[in-house]
Amino acid sequence: MTELIDLARSIVERAEDGEAVEVCVGRAVRTEVRVHGGDVESLTLAESRGIGVRVILQSPDGNREGLSHAGSFDADVVGELLAEARDNAEFAEPDPHVALAQPDGVPITGIDPWSDALEQMSVDDKIAIAIAVEAAALAADTRVRGARTSVYGDSRSESAIVSTAGIEITGRSTGASTSTMVLIDDVDGGTRTGSAVDAAVSPLDLDPQMVADRAVDRGLQLLGARQPTTARPSVVLEPRFAATILGLVAGMLAGDRVVKGRTPFADRVGHQIAASMLTMFDDPTDADSLGASSTDGEGLACRLVPLVSSGALDGFLHDCHTARVAGSASTGSALRSVRGTPSPGHRALHVAAGGGDLASFVADMDDGFLVAGLQGLHSGVNAVSGDLSVGVEGIRIRGGELAEPIREATLAGAIPRMLLDIARVGADLERLPGGSRVPSMVIDGLTLGGAGS
Amino acid sequence: MLETELINRTLSTALTTGGEFAEVFVEDKRSSSAVLDDGRVEELTSGRDRGAGIRVVVGETTGFAHTADLSEEGLAGAARAAAAAARGGGGGVREVNVSAIDVSRGTPVRIPPEEVAKATKVGLLTLANEAARGSGSAITQVSARYGDSRRRILVANSDGLLAEDDQIRTLFSVSCVATGDTGLQTGRESAGRTIGFELFDETDVEEMARRAAERALTKLNARPAPSGSVPVVVGPGGGGVLFHEACGHGLEADLVAKSASVFAGRVGEKVAADCVTLIDDGTMAGEWGHFAIDDEGRPAGNNILIKDGVLTDYMWDYLRARKEGRVGSGNGRRQSYQHLPMVRMTNTYISNGTDDPAAIVADTESGVYVAQLGGGQVNTATGDFVFGMTEAYLIENGEITDPIREGNLIGNGPEVLTRIDALGNDFAMGSPGMCGKDGQGVPVGDGTPTLRVESLTVGGTAA
Repeated sequence: MTELIDLARSIVERAEDGEAVEVCVGRAVRTEVRVHGGDVESLTLAESRGIGVRVILQSPDGNREGLSHAGSFDADVVGELLAEARDNAEFAEPDPHVALAQPDGVPITGIDPWSDALEQMSVDDKIAIAIAVEAAALAADTRVRGARTSVYGDSRSESAIVSTAGIEITGRSTGASTSTMVLIDDVDGGTRTGSAVDAAVSPLDLDPQMVADRAVDRGLQLLGARQPTTARPSVVLEPRFAATILGLVAGMLAGDRVVKGRTPFADRVGHQIAASMLTMFDDPTDADSLGASSTDGEGLACRLVPLVSSGALDGFLHDCHTARVAGSASTGSALRSVRGTPSPGHRALHVAAGGGDLASFVADMDDGFLVAGLQGLHSGVNAVSGDLSVGVEGIRIRGGELAEPIREATLAGAIPRMLLDIARVGADLERLPGGSRVPSMVIDGLTLGGAGS
Repeated sequence: MLETELINRTLSTALTTGGEFAEVFVEDKRSSSAVLDDGRVEELTSGRDRGAGIRVVVGETTGFAHTADLSEEGLAGAARAAAAAARGGGGGVREVNVSAIDVSRGTPVRIPPEEVAKATKVGLLTLANEAARGSGSAITQVSARYGDSRRRILVANSDGLLAEDDQIRTLFSVSCVATGDTGLQTGRESAGRTIGFELFDETDVEEMARRAAERALTKLNARPAPSGSVPVVVGPGGGGVLFHEACGHGLEADLVAKSASVFAGRVGEKVAADCVTLIDDGTMAGEWGHFAIDDEGRPAGNNILIKDGVLTDYMWDYLRARKEGRVGSGNGRRQSYQHLPMVRMTNTYISNGTDDPAAIVADTESGVYVAQLGGGQVNTATGDFVFGMTEAYLIENGEITDPIREGNLIGNGPEVLTRIDALGNDFAMGSPGMCGKDGQGVPVGDGTPTLRVESLTVGGTAA
């Protein structure tokens, strides 16, 4: 860690009068094991480095920002960075709102998502996790033909941010995950698939059996799936899919979209944007979340950010730049890679518990649809217009019971409308690998598209 | 990029634990980009990534390590790590002597982007911004992005191969937001080629910006898309994404070998309508998915995958081809030196048909006309795929009528291939794409003439 801080300081110290300089530097050690057919297909052991330099030239008509980055700490490469960022800044247009983060007095929590077990665990034991996932999946049911790939991965990262504005922070984290995708023979000669993943700060907390069982169950429940006819059933989302949809919503509440008019929620603060049973906030200070972090991408303390309270929009996720444009203060929500400027976003989305759970939602439902897979989120969601249209597979619900499985269908609606049409928010909160803590939900008014028109 | 003797020593070190095959991949990539958003040039970035990835193969297992340290010690450390990861049981010394192969580079780059003044690059952004905003007062937001990269690679392996390439790409895109009574709509245009700054001799950024603006404005009047199965006509260039997802990924030999593709074991069979001939061609000079050598040192290939509806071959990487005792097809690619190569597409296209494109539309009683496609996604094991439509219209009584809101279409690859019932004679390449697989992105191109699918499921909200 000292090495990182020293490297960052050595560049920041070379700042000239009239310019602000920030250096963000990181180092990660990564292991990845891919397994197929009981054998190790590949084993990757690697260390990567990254350094990003931001220069802001100050002048009376505004500030101009330039960036440079490199994937090496070699002296000849690092030596070019400051001059290159400075040169880039010369070509930017003045912006009064561009500035480095100033320490804002919010205390930094002692969150330290780190496990020594990661470094201590042998490569053989890591391989054993991936092998165990695949073996458990193959043993779970005779209809499992194989697994496409079973993966164990981990990383151990350290980072530092130093700036002329008085920021000097370090951070570190470990993370481990394992996943698989199983292939299951269907009665019609086709193939169904099921995937699952588990993630944790420590590899000792991974549950290979759970990953295998979930992947197999998810594939088996789709056996015999057919294309449905078009309908508008109530849609039941288990926590992982509710988190996907609410993650899209949180993305539409990011300050950069707001100040540039790229979200339908830009001028809706204080208004009812969702059903009153929805309360949602971003809380990276929750140490048990996999999105927990002590500081954001500009070195400010992470903090709880209210987003939606009983359906009313509380506010947005801001970094320093978007907050200054909006005339407010950073919410400590800057996300950052060394390769670019910070931009605001969520880390640990939390939904307040409502009532009921997935099973009770299904039992109460006459005509419904339980989502089991979403496809094409990147091509089917327009965060500016709010239109959503995705590929979907799942199970129809009839008379309170799970009925026929379906595939090759679409699910479509408009995100602002969907929020208002939330019919149930469960109490079955689940912590998800992406860092969110979300319960099951029911949304009405969506179109399930299939055969016919 | 590295001395031949150092390469030989590194490969020998990689083989000390008894590996059957070792490879050194060296990359030195410089990139620069500039963004104009909200009326202001705001983000100029320069990047440099340099390092080496070393892999060692023992039996079915590949060991891989990478390093940003290109010194003798750095390379030896990575070579030992990769060797240890591959866990060869043997030992001893194996001499390696690599020798360079001649590589046909195609057309040389005329204007290296690194020799173009930053002010000139920034000037393009301003031109695009002004042109888009001039398209109508309903255009409320414009962002434009310029990017270029120069990627020098060297590949050497224990089979004695040594090859180098110098890949220069230039990209420009414009995105607009239009605001109307019905809310916000977006329009996007992009141009990207594996060439230098001469891209802008053939690409008028103001014209691109006006097209992007027009697209957003048109969609302000869009009706909800239909929901359900209808005939779909895809305009020239656009359909490439459809084939990329419907069968391209399913023809990648690594997925085929794991029986994770619906096309496994079907070479020689009829898999598509007679009119379909599908080609993956990395040799198409200047196209976005072009290169001289792939990331395993094989020359780019022109590979026919489906001929007149019959599946003729898969796409191969070097290792899988080597195991099968056949020649690789030049499809081994990786995102960077930090990634293992795998089978990837290059420029994938459907060759020209014979139908008159206007007649294809006129012959469609009712359906959807897709003028621009977004990205897509496929589950190769089931064949189910989706792709987005970012500009689309209704076809009513054989005529293109109202614009419809964007959304996804879903289909099953093997079924859709047999349902291509018209293929135009107006072939065009589509927009530059980034293809993602197992977390790695690589640039790919695609192309098609106008075509019609007898029925596809459109993911709209209208009954």
